[in-house]
Amino acid sequence: MTALFIRDFRLALRAGGGALVGILFFLAVIAVVPFGVGPDLALLSRIGPAMLWIGALLAALLGLDRLFQADRDDGSLDLLVMAADRHMLGVTVLVKCFAHWTATVLPLVLAAPMLGLFMNMTPLAIGATALTLLVGTPAITLIGAVGAALAVSLPRGGLLVSVIVLPLTIPVLIFGVSAAYGATTESAPFLAPFLILAAITLFFAVIGPLAASAALKFSTD
Amino acid sequence: MTDTAAQPTRLLDLANPTRFLSLAGTLLPWLAGLSALVLAAGLYMSVNAPDDYQQGMTVKIMFIHVPFAWLSMMCYTLMAASSVGTLVWRHPLADVSAKAAAPIGAAFTALALITGSLWGKPMWGTWWVWDARLTSVFVLFLMYLGIIALSRALDDPAKSARAAAVLTLVGFINIPIIKFSVDWWNTLHQPASVLRAGGSAIDPTLLRPLLVMALGFTLLFFTLHMMAMRNEIWRRRVIAMRRMAARRADEKGEEA
Repeated sequence: MTALFIRDFRLALRAGGGALVGILFFLAVIAVVPFGVGPDLALLSRIGPAMLWIGALLAALLGLDRLFQADRDDGSLDLLVMAADRHMLGVTVLVKCFAHWTATVLPLVLAAPMLGLFMNMTPLAIGATALTLLVGTPAITLIGAVGAALAVSLPRGGLLVSVIVLPLTIPVLIFGVSAAYGATTESAPFLAPFLILAAITLFFAVIGPLAASAALKFSTD
Repeated sequence: MTDTAAQPTRLLDLANPTRFLSLAGTLLPWLAGLSALVLAAGLYMSVNAPDDYQQGMTVKIMFIHVPFAWLSMMCYTLMAASSVGTLVWRHPLADVSAKAAAPIGAAFTALALITGSLWGKPMWGTWWVWDARLTSVFVLFLMYLGIIALSRALDDPAKSARAAAVLTLVGFINIPIIKFSVDWWNTLHQPASVLRAGGSAIDPTLLRPLLVMALGFTLLFFTLHMMAMRNEIWRRRVIAMRRMAARRADEKGEEA
């Protein structure tokens, strides 16, 4: 399993600068926001956490179709599915998701504080947003694994993955943003939405790999 | 024990598409006629229902909005049950049922959203608010569209049915969220008022037409669903026959 993690991690980093493209997309989305809403610093700092979350969500969805596609192209996906009697396929999928998250989504979380400066956010808001992103983005990858596994046998699955995954990620976005706002405003609570966010991540850590492995089995037989 | 053993066999009897088609052929006229009758009665009762003391005439939107909203959730539950049938028992009619239900469910959800929006404008003063109930139903609508897109993306009906079934079951999380969203969050949409502990909060003069309309639309749903399933079976047979005809023509060409 560690070997699989390291292999996937290396492949994701080397395959055409996967992580870098994600960060560039994230940067582009955040850079477009001031042009859309105007360079009003007070407004930008108010909508900052939400914009960071939306940008990170879109950037995380961008690379999802590659989660199983490359393995399917070179045939190693069939080997992984056939090895399911030695390791549970769900665990394999979980490890793959974790490697994918570390290689492509974790850099987004690390880049978020710098982009937060562009949005004129206070240090507290930046820290809270980065923390909620760290806890919440694994859920996006785990939900996305289901979509990626469903669309793996489609010729042009990339867009379909985003379409079928986006509705399911809405709860993650809601609680992530409300926790980030809870940290900065006095009236709103921080801990309750933050704990729900963590619960969503843990919940999909179970459901996501199971559903994805079921979909992978059906697509290969 | 015998009950649980008898249940799957009775379901398996229906697995034979020919038997299902003959059953659908006999049931459909009755079902269609009954739903037309009940809907006509429901509409008559709705028109004659008294105006609400606060909402006036607009309360009549409820008689079509609420049944559509109920059915949008029931249809998804039916699709989830069919998906379990597809994945666990590989029941050949289950994927036909799930595939046929998706467009009907999407249409009913869209109608619930539209009628709710028409009702919200005079009552709340706005077409749309992002409150929990409305947002979760909107998410349900998007899920329907995603399932429709996925179940038609693959050429092999069995493969796409299983993919759509996995997605349907994952998306089933949304149904309890819709049901309880009005209790969990403080929303603009009113909490459950028909089915609740301590009796219904709606006056019987308004409740009776609502229930008749709900029954009528449920019958309409099952009529449409059965028709769509019959169409889907026929479509698959036509495709299979075309393939056989093509193969036969090919063999004949080789002999000549």
